Amino acid sequence: MATTVKKKPLAALEDRFPKLGRGPQAVLITAIAIFAVIFPLLMDPISGTLADATQYLAYVVMGLGLNIVVGFAGLLDLGYVAFYAVGAYCSGWLMSSFYADANIHILVTGTAAQAPGVHVNFLLVLVIAAMLCAVAGVIIGLPTLRLRGDYIAIVTLAFGEIVHVFAVNGDGIHPFGVGYPLTKGRDGISPIDQIKLPGLSQFNSYLNLRPYYWTILAIAAIAIFISLRLRDSRLGRAWIAIREDEVAAASMGIPLVKTKLQAYAIGAALGGVSGAFLGPYLQIVNADSFAFSFSIFVIATIILGGLGSVWGVVLGSILLSYINYTLIPDQLNSVPHKIGLDFNLADVSIGIFGVLLLFVMLIRPEGLLPERRRKIELTEGIGAAETSFEVST
Amino acid sequence: MPMLTVDGIETYYGNIKALKGISLTVDEGEIVTLIGSNGAGKSTTLRSISGLNPPRKGQIVFEGKDITTRPAQEIVTLGISQSPEGRHCFARMTVRENLDLGAYLRKDSKADISGDMDQIFDLFPRLKEREKQKAGTMSGGEQQMLAIGRAMMARPRLLLLDEPSMGIAPILVEKIYETVVEINKQGTTILLVEQNANYALGVSNRGYVLETGAVVLTDESSKLRTNPDVQKAYLGT
Repeated sequence: MATTVKKKPLAALEDRFPKLGRGPQAVLITAIAIFAVIFPLLMDPISGTLADATQYLAYVVMGLGLNIVVGFAGLLDLGYVAFYAVGAYCSGWLMSSFYADANIHILVTGTAAQAPGVHVNFLLVLVIAAMLCAVAGVIIGLPTLRLRGDYIAIVTLAFGEIVHVFAVNGDGIHPFGVGYPLTKGRDGISPIDQIKLPGLSQFNSYLNLRPYYWTILAIAAIAIFISLRLRDSRLGRAWIAIREDEVAAASMGIPLVKTKLQAYAIGAALGGVSGAFLGPYLQIVNADSFAFSFSIFVIATIILGGLGSVWGVVLGSILLSYINYTLIPDQLNSVPHKIGLDFNLADVSIGIFGVLLLFVMLIRPEGLLPERRRKIELTEGIGAAETSFEVST
Repeated sequence: MPMLTVDGIETYYGNIKALKGISLTVDEGEIVTLIGSNGAGKSTTLRSISGLNPPRKGQIVFEGKDITTRPAQEIVTLGISQSPEGRHCFARMTVRENLDLGAYLRKDSKADISGDMDQIFDLFPRLKEREKQKAGTMSGGEQQMLAIGRAMMARPRLLLLDEPSMGIAPILVEKIYETVVEINKQGTTILLVEQNANYALGVSNRGYVLETGAVVLTDESSKLRTNPDVQKAYLGT
């Protein structure tokens, strides 16, 4: 049973460009960070590129959140859109005139302070969104605790759809009495209050995008920091242990329930923060944004980048966001027409993802910037220990 | 009073009753072994004690505390750790990372933990040589050493060993058993599950023979070794 190890095409490339050491890596990261900060000053404050970049960064935050659940803890979550929705609705409920009969103003100034409805300071909304999503994450996580692999995926998928259906039909649901519907369905809650933060110039999604960009850049930086710290923490090691071998992890005394729920909660909180940012940035919270395909999109970004790899996920999210939201709809959309076919390329973007992921799986299954351990798993063929009895939790 | 008392436990996998009222005791300082054929309930007994499969009926008392339904992490903290059947090393982690995880629940200083790790390396010099190697690339015997070492990192007073000879070259089994005796001499009580009754009865003080989820015989190991029934069924003589 001698098997010859075929060298992967990209491995040859890697030999020619040896891995950066710690020093050069730090220089590279610093350079990219500096560029990311001054980037908006290089262009018009309402340029399309800046708008795209802001949106991409929001997806980076979501990718990082999902990466904690799927990449670190190994729990395949196909309903991540639920947390985007909950986060976004937090901004919809708390930063608009949607509930016009209520007059609640907390720490807001300017037009928001005068308008009817519920108007809460953006930073508070972020905190509320993170907490609400963490709770939602635990609720979604609880029924999956006794499940493994594919079954977790099915349950989370269903939860994502439940939230979506609630969002779509929310205009008919009045949990807080008549006049206070849950959502505004497909019409969407709009407009949302512009963000106001001390130290940054006027946020205006129509005239000046720079403050929005810097805000999400800061959130992304915090999400990266949290991810890196968690990866190297005690909790991070516990996640890896559970991912590798649940029986062994339980034998070592790693509390499975608590550790898994922590992954769900932290991952969900990041999704909620990103959602709460996208509400005011896009100026609308529309139920149609929370479809299943979005969960697939986020999963695809982290697989492309490299499951469990923080920098890989950052790269994968930016790359796939660019392909999905810029390259396909703006640059290549009319290509099929030009060759005589009657459809837009954007109509088949999910199909394009599929092909792309297929290629990733064939050429570089560990992702673009793989995590060390995953790479070993996929290239050296060291399998996890054989499956054993279920662990009751 | 015995260190561990297991009293009439009944444990299920789903609807299947794997243990039909097992009772046993382990005194401090002993090596006690459970022998029996496949499916007799040996591993299940260990899994019941360690909290991986809590029993539905009966009681388990460790050092005066009822641990029957406590979660696995609390049982580890109380001083029982397990080297699971089939070793279950973290294949993609290094030897050192595996050992580190064994000390997951300990709140001791890093120096204490690395001191314990040095002790493990003294017990199993082979692990020291392979400190930075991925566990999955090691031989079965080496992984078994790692699994035992990892369990020892929790500083247990009672060590549960589940089939340490399974699938391992005989020369390594000897070595592992020498070390098991050494660990016991250093003060750790051991409850040992084995299919290889020869080895198990050779090192242990007392033994229990299990058959289809119940204890059918218990005695001092030396007497079990000469018991004609045991010889016929388990010693192949």
